[in-house]
Amino acid sequence: MEDMIFYDRLQFAFTITFHYIFPQLTMGLSLMIVYFKWKYLRSKVEKYNDAAKFFMKIFAINFTMGVVTGIPMEFQFGTNWAKFSELTGSIIGQTLAMEGMFSFFLESSFLVLFIFGEKLMGQKLHFLTGFLVFLGSWASGWFILATNAWMQHPVGYEILDNGKFILENFSAIFSNPWLIPAFLHNQMASVVTSSFVVASIGAFYILRKNNIEYGQLFLKTGVAFGLVSSILIAFPTGDWNAKNVAKYQPAAFAAMEGIFETEEAGAEIVLIGQPNMVEKKIDNKIAVPNILSFLTYQKWDKQIPGMDQFKKEELPTNIPALYYAYHIMVGLGTVFIGIMFLAAFFFWRKKIYSFKPLLWTIMFLVPFPYIANLTGWYVAELGRQPYLVYGLLKTSEGVSPTVSSGNTLFTLLGFVGLYMLLGLLFLVLVGKTIHQGPKPIKH
Amino acid sequence: MEVFWFIIIAIVFAVFFILDGYDFGAGIIHLFFAKTEKDKQVIAKSAGLFWDSNEVWLVAGGGMLFMAFPTFYASVFSGFYLPLIIVLWLIVFRAIGLEFRNQFDYQMWKDMWDKAFGISSLLLALFFGVALGNIVRGVNLGGVENNISAYEGHFFFLPLWDSSFSPLSEHPGVIDWFTIIIGIISVITLSIHGANWIILKTNSSINNQLKTVIFKLNIALLVLTVISLYVWQSVRSDAFNNFLDKPYLIIFPLLYFTGLFGLFFIKKLKNNNYSFIFSILLILGGITSSLASMFPVLLPSTNGINESLTIYNTAAHEYGLSVAMGWGIAGFILLFVYMIIQKRLLGGKIDKMDYGH
Ligand code: HDD
Ligand code: HEM
Ligand code: HEM
Repeated sequence: MEDMIFYDRLQFAFTITFHYIFPQLTMGLSLMIVYFKWKYLRSKVEKYNDAAKFFMKIFAINFTMGVVTGIPMEFQFGTNWAKFSELTGSIIGQTLAMEGMFSFFLESSFLVLFIFGEKLMGQKLHFLTGFLVFLGSWASGWFILATNAWMQHPVGYEILDNGKFILENFSAIFSNPWLIPAFLHNQMASVVTSSFVVASIGAFYILRKNNIEYGQLFLKTGVAFGLVSSILIAFPTGDWNAKNVAKYQPAAFAAMEGIFETEEAGAEIVLIGQPNMVEKKIDNKIAVPNILSFLTYQKWDKQIPGMDQFKKEELPTNIPALYYAYHIMVGLGTVFIGIMFLAAFFFWRKKIYSFKPLLWTIMFLVPFPYIANLTGWYVAELGRQPYLVYGLLKTSEGVSPTVSSGNTLFTLLGFVGLYMLLGLLFLVLVGKTIHQGPKPIKH
Repeated sequence: MEVFWFIIIAIVFAVFFILDGYDFGAGIIHLFFAKTEKDKQVIAKSAGLFWDSNEVWLVAGGGMLFMAFPTFYASVFSGFYLPLIIVLWLIVFRAIGLEFRNQFDYQMWKDMWDKAFGISSLLLALFFGVALGNIVRGVNLGGVENNISAYEGHFFFLPLWDSSFSPLSEHPGVIDWFTIIIGIISVITLSIHGANWIILKTNSSINNQLKTVIFKLNIALLVLTVISLYVWQSVRSDAFNNFLDKPYLIIFPLLYFTGLFGLFFIKKLKNNNYSFIFSILLILGGITSSLASMFPVLLPSTNGINESLTIYNTAAHEYGLSVAMGWGIAGFILLFVYMIIQKRLLGGKIDKMDYGH
């Protein structure tokens, strides 16, 4: 059974990872585009408008990729996870259908108008279309996270004798205690990504000594947004999420923190070390005692259950991956805060534009928010294992009964090939757009 | 409640085929008739501006189907696994063809993406017709072999084809001569629709030629329609019972035939809007008649053991369907509002438009 679902899981993991590369930028970027457009309305300085239009071009390329990789996601619920769709469709179908109706339509209709309609409708309306694109993309994140939150922490359902989940309370889906922290954290994470992208393009223009004025604008805006979002992502939102995991998925919490044995009093926090699954301990560990208990419960000596307290079937299936993913995310989060503070400090001292090492660092930091975002999702998704719907439906019970693993492997390889081509095209186009830059500033 | 959602979803899919239909059709016309770079560009643009906001109707329709008829969604999507993955590939190629063709200004690049756009539009039109053919023909639900079901009665798995290529064989595949006929009808219908769209939205140099093309395609369509009605009857003997029981359903085939006959006057019509409306009727009538002929069945079973899937035995629970009705109506109104705003602002001929960028 386990290896029968292996390719389905791999295919889902691969395609969603690829899909999520795009929306994580568009959601944050749409906010920054709205900001640029708003600055333009206030100041009537042409460069803000051109900045907004320039980033909308990058947005549009990402959006297209988001659409073409998103449709396979929706299909896969039915193609690969038919049993899951059948059993839970009356609940997660709600949020997914609402996403289609309320957010994708908004986003895609007004994106066309933003790009092609500036002359047709005047500046105020143009701002409005940009704002609606932003609203659509955040609404999309909201509905998707509501779906995911329900799988992490199911609420408002009833299970019939035939195993079907039916909706029992609609509003419970949206007041799910898992949803708000996850949504805020996720949206902040996408603002982190977009700020780093904007700042990095800025650093690039400054370093290559072309479009310098835009370079300075982008760097400044990127660092400002980046500083705020990097802080917000750790505190309060990251912390809040961690508390939720400790409360609702204690086995996942023990695994991601790497607590093999329950300690008598307060639990230590593991900063560095490799989980050793044979001896059930962390190798060459660096840890600080009692901090974890304090961070989670604000009590130094509160006991936190370790993995020894759970039955094997209740523990996540891939503990090392979960542990590393979590530590990579948190580690990168700390690095981001550090770099952004440093950049802000140099801005304050007015030295940033000439301090090359920092500019180079910011330019090359771009892949890391993507990595942090993806590993964050791995924490959520691996922590949910071995369940599809936490505590209620096992992953192995959700797969399509009639699709053989040979067929799935075949289509998985197909997706790998197709997405490699897409990834290549994407990089070429984004590279070209960045290289051309926004409309030159007239003096 | 089931009937309400059936109608809503049918409308959403019909709108999807009407809207995305014209850009599929534009792709097919582009593939066969556009010769000069100027025509190619403007035709690609007439589809490129709109494909995305048109395709969300598919996404929304899929989402609603998932919500309202989860069992149907689960069995159809897993049962038609391979063709759906092919459809996904085609959707991807069409989209990137449209989006990327104008990004670099050299001929080979453009030609490559034009072909990607044209060929995937053609194949998608074919596959959507084949899908409709499969749905009206029915499948071996439960994978019955020697009177024993291999899976639960509402699941199935279809190979792409079976060596006999016959809809009447015991295990028909996705592609057989019946579904291919429906597929070709779909290609012709969408080509006519796309040609009308091009005439309406552009000043391409082939507009006059396209009217002749539409006329000829329409003759082929008439012939194929008659043939298909005949074979439809032989594939499913109960195909027309619904119309006999409820004569008012005849309205749907009438829409189709109004469109079909109206299009014969294509050259006399002064206003291009009318011929576009006729091809809309064609699509609308075709889809609604097929659904009306089956109602309340969604997917017939070809064996006597497992029941056909209907809107009643695949629907979600009552409460879920009724809350969804609340937001569904609100959402539905919004969709039409967006569509109208967009079509208004971007109305008129594409090549006359000043995009300001
Ligand atoms: C730029 C990306 C990024 C950064 C720097 C961080 N996170 Fe994060 N995190 C995400 C991006 C992310 C995410 C991808 O957006 C997730 C996945 C699911 C979700 O809602 O957000 C997530 C989930 C997530 C979860 C939930 C896991 C689950 O659902 O099982 C926790 C506990 C944290 N994060 C905690 C933190 C803490 C304490 C951080 C301290 C710095 C942190 N994250 C930084
Ligand atoms: C609302 C959003 C999401 C939903 C509904 C969702 C749902 C699912 C489902 C159905 C599976 C397959 C079954 C399973 O293995 O548990 C899965 C697995 C997975 N998902 Fe998600 N997912 C979402 C978001 C994401 C994102 C954004 C990522 C990463 C970028 C991600 C990463 C993964 C991974 C890595 C797996 C494989 C886990 C494993 O099989 O061990 N997911 N998810
Ligand atoms: C299994 C889960 C997922 C499914 C089924 C899915 C489905 C889709 C689909 C069908 C589209 C294209 C919509 C269109 O035509 O405009 C899309 C785009 C999008 N998705 Fe996903 N998606 C999933 C995961 C996620 C996650 C985890 C997020 C973020 C939190 C997300 C955010 C978006 C956004 C913002 C878009 C708009 C396109 C863009 O801005 O790039 N999706 N998704």
